[in-house]
Amino acid sequence: MTHHTEKKAEIKPKKQIYFEDVNVGDAVPTVSKVATSRMLVQWAGASGDFNPLHYEDDFAKAMWVNSPIIHGQLKRAWLGHLVTNWIGDEGTVKKLACQFRGMDYPRKMKTMDEPHEGDTYQCKGVVKAKRQENGENLVDLEIWVENGQGVKNTPGSATVALPSKK
Amino acid sequence: MAEITPEMQAMIGVWSEPVVLEVEKGAIVRYCDAVHDDNPLYRNEEYARNTRYGGIVSPPGFFGWPVGGGNIEAGMARVVGAVAQAGMLRILDGGIELNFYVPVRAGDILVTYGKLAEARKKETKQGGMVFLIIEQKYLNQNGALVALARQTLICS
Repeated sequence: MTHHTEKKAEIKPKKQIYFEDVNVGDAVPTVSKVATSRMLVQWAGASGDFNPLHYEDDFAKAMWVNSPIIHGQLKRAWLGHLVTNWIGDEGTVKKLACQFRGMDYPRKMKTMDEPHEGDTYQCKGVVKAKRQENGENLVDLEIWVENGQGVKNTPGSATVALPSKK
Repeated sequence: MAEITPEMQAMIGVWSEPVVLEVEKGAIVRYCDAVHDDNPLYRNEEYARNTRYGGIVSPPGFFGWPVGGGNIEAGMARVVGAVAQAGMLRILDGGIELNFYVPVRAGDILVTYGKLAEARKKETKQGGMVFLIIEQKYLNQNGALVALARQTLICS
């Protein structure tokens, strides 16, 4: 029998971004995602969305798409990751919104853990506005997911509250 | 045929029965694994204890699982049923807007209510389509409003 002990490696918090550091036009650091059929299965189980549109070839064709598509809400979750990754532990997501305007497709798996070549999705964002409201330091972002061809099928927006250095 | 039936019309503005959700720590980790988000705030107790939250929180948009099993979105199942009844076979997720008010913590017990907020028929290049706006509200065990979601379903 193996005795499991938790890894004791200390995890350092990431560098915190402050309201004063942010300027309109700043880019949010890109977060890349390789969507695979495996990730979609994982997402189905973790989110509870078992629509066969996301895993059944024939059903997908009957729904007028070429093959199973990436869950819109998974792309929304990627955008959530983009935003929380940027704002750090001291930042707060106030609003997160996106539209699903086009179909995006996952890569199939080649081996147990290696996907085939294909699209890598890039989650990106840019600062649109800074404002102070009810004592909060708010930043409005334009955010989106781009596919491998640079097509923005998932445009969105977010509002976050950031800490101040003062 | 993309039509707003009297049954759908009658659902507009009516909140569903409450669904109780449990925000279990393991479910948060599963969710983050699926997103490939390894932020320790969502999975490492020791790390999270030293943040301003004082413990593990859920990433924005995850509200746990229904205690009684079944669907997370209480309003959704009824509405989707009515859409199918109306003969619309294709339902696409058009988008979502989430507003967050209070953090969701591991161990929270939430209650959610859903409703059909709006139904509109539009003529598009692909033919008639029905746009439904589903609202979902989430409250925590202290009665605080945690989040509001507005999702657009495109039915044809």
